[in-house]
Amino acid sequence: MSDRDGNFGFAESDAPAGGTAGGEMTYLEAISDGLRTEMRRDPDVFVMGEDIGGDFGGAFKITKGFESEFGPRRVINTPLCEQTFVGAANGMALMGLRPVVEMQFADFISTGFDAIVHYAASNFYRWRAPIPWVIRAPSDGGIRSGPFHSTNPEAWFVHTPGLKVVAPATPADAKGLLISAIRDDNPVIYFEAKNLYRSIRGPTPAGEYAVPLGSARVAREGTEASVIAYGAQVHQALTAAGELDGEVSVEVVDLRTLKPLDTETVLASVRKTGRALVVHSATRLAGVGAEVAALIADEAFHYLDAPVERLGGLDIPVPFSPPLEDAYRPDAAKITAALRRLAAF
Amino acid sequence: MTHARTLETNNDRLNGELALSGQERRNLLYWMRLTRTLDDQLVALWKQGRGVGGTFNQKGHEAISVGTGAALHPADVVAPIHRDLGCYLIRGMTPRRIVANQLGRVTGVTQGRDANLHGCGDPALGIIGFISHIPQSVSTALGAAMSFTYRGEKRAAMTYLGDGGTTTGVFHEVLNMAAVTAAPLVVVVENNQYAYSTPLRQSMAGDNIAARSEALGVPAQIADGNDLEEIYRCAVIALDRARAGGGPSLIEAKTMRMLGHAIHDGAEYVPPELLAEWEAKDPIARYERKLLEAGIADRAYLEAVARNCREVADDAIRFAEASDWPDPATVQQGVFA
Repeated sequence: MSDRDGNFGFAESDAPAGGTAGGEMTYLEAISDGLRTEMRRDPDVFVMGEDIGGDFGGAFKITKGFESEFGPRRVINTPLCEQTFVGAANGMALMGLRPVVEMQFADFISTGFDAIVHYAASNFYRWRAPIPWVIRAPSDGGIRSGPFHSTNPEAWFVHTPGLKVVAPATPADAKGLLISAIRDDNPVIYFEAKNLYRSIRGPTPAGEYAVPLGSARVAREGTEASVIAYGAQVHQALTAAGELDGEVSVEVVDLRTLKPLDTETVLASVRKTGRALVVHSATRLAGVGAEVAALIADEAFHYLDAPVERLGGLDIPVPFSPPLEDAYRPDAAKITAALRRLAAF
Repeated sequence: MTHARTLETNNDRLNGELALSGQERRNLLYWMRLTRTLDDQLVALWKQGRGVGGTFNQKGHEAISVGTGAALHPADVVAPIHRDLGCYLIRGMTPRRIVANQLGRVTGVTQGRDANLHGCGDPALGIIGFISHIPQSVSTALGAAMSFTYRGEKRAAMTYLGDGGTTTGVFHEVLNMAAVTAAPLVVVVENNQYAYSTPLRQSMAGDNIAARSEALGVPAQIADGNDLEEIYRCAVIALDRARAGGGPSLIEAKTMRMLGHAIHDGAEYVPPELLAEWEAKDPIARYERKLLEAGIADRAYLEAVARNCREVADDAIRFAEASDWPDPATVQQGVFA
């Protein structure tokens, strides 16, 4: 299950900065910073997962240096057994601890499915005992990693009552949403886009910076079309919006939280622009974007100047070879073309 | 990291004859009788068409659920399943709340959200609720045990599953991880010979689930699941060991499911001679004989216990049937904490 040799072709970075002083950080450093902030604040917060301990610090080095700071008691390196360590996280959370579980790749989360979608998700509804864990799931592709290291399984969890789902796009949100997810009393699945780990940097507030769950963000203001996206596709949408500067005035809404969905921010944008394009890397069919499109049709139909468009992955396993994977995924060029179609409608 | 592979203990209570007082023995009998009576009355209720959904049978499992439940300390945590009614009762969950849950009433443990004993968790009683994917309780109990290690508390977590549950991957994963982490976990396998309709010989090669546990680094005891004091003794040893930092262990309690998988199931697939063989080993009749022979109880006492249990069961059913249904206006409440 786990690839123990190498780091999957990703460039190795230095250990994340030791403090939580804030400043310019990569997306990866911001996740580490959020995690470290909460572990320093609350002795009940700990991390658990495959290969996360020792000097190794995880496949992507999010927890590099954590064991030396927090000790093996709070940095639990597990055997390969997702269904068991997610189940154990359920039990530890029931006892009042706040586990942050690392899936080595989001693709492996299927192995822990019962413990997530049946046990954790339904528990509070059934017998009123909260399960406050976070599962961090490194997701998304575009990095030539094939069908089992590239997927975006968020729709499974958005479709499951009792779970919250977040998907940050910027370093500041990566930190702020992680901190809020850890403090939330419910099970939260945190989809981090691994193609953003070292490809973007941004200002990241110091210390205990929390971004509330359920709150979308207007990443760029515009007046003629709205792109609603999350995770890595926010950056593709911003690139597309830049390319169309002077041609189409594009607003970009970054959902940030997929459940609970900030419907008001989405609808306010679409009511303003009259055109909507929903974009995600996950398979388009029955994806989160389908729900967003339905929301717009239900609540903002009379404001629309064109049918809602959706871009998402094709209904195929994520292919490995670059030309095939590029054909699978949305990107800035496809978003630009879709926006031109929308504007011309 | 190495662990002792035997379950020797220095606990004085267990040296020689198990040091249970006469009163303790009468109490254990009471809990078994209450479990049986409540179960009998629930079966009767369903046969009269007054049940809601399904219900599961306890017959044959009373010594296991009561014997292990009695060995728990108040600070321990337990994750019982659908054949452990005795454990819920001895832990303090009242028959009223349990029957109301079975009938989907607002006074039930889950206020109508989950069925029969499913989801009957109560943090105040140290009970973790289960889901139908039974071995999920084993991984959840592992987590409870790991939380005790995390906080340096001398507490233990105990959980249960049937022979059917032991053929899943998660059972093996949990024992492996429990051994690696030396978690204070006790896993009770209720080997009742059938996983729904599938006999043990079609579920696994070999005779003993305990052997699998040993292979994964978790020492195991094999117990007569119809002998209350043997089960109790095994559970005391295992729990003491866990609390003392000795790590996880497993108890394989061999018994027989005397009725169907659930109320709908006539269990025609079970050979009658097998049931007859186990009927002769009925855990309650056997314990009553033991107490009579030891002069700890007499016939009149046993009859008084039976009458009292029947009154408790009837009261619980009356309470549940008179309770309100949950208000459909609340159906969306409480999904999130």
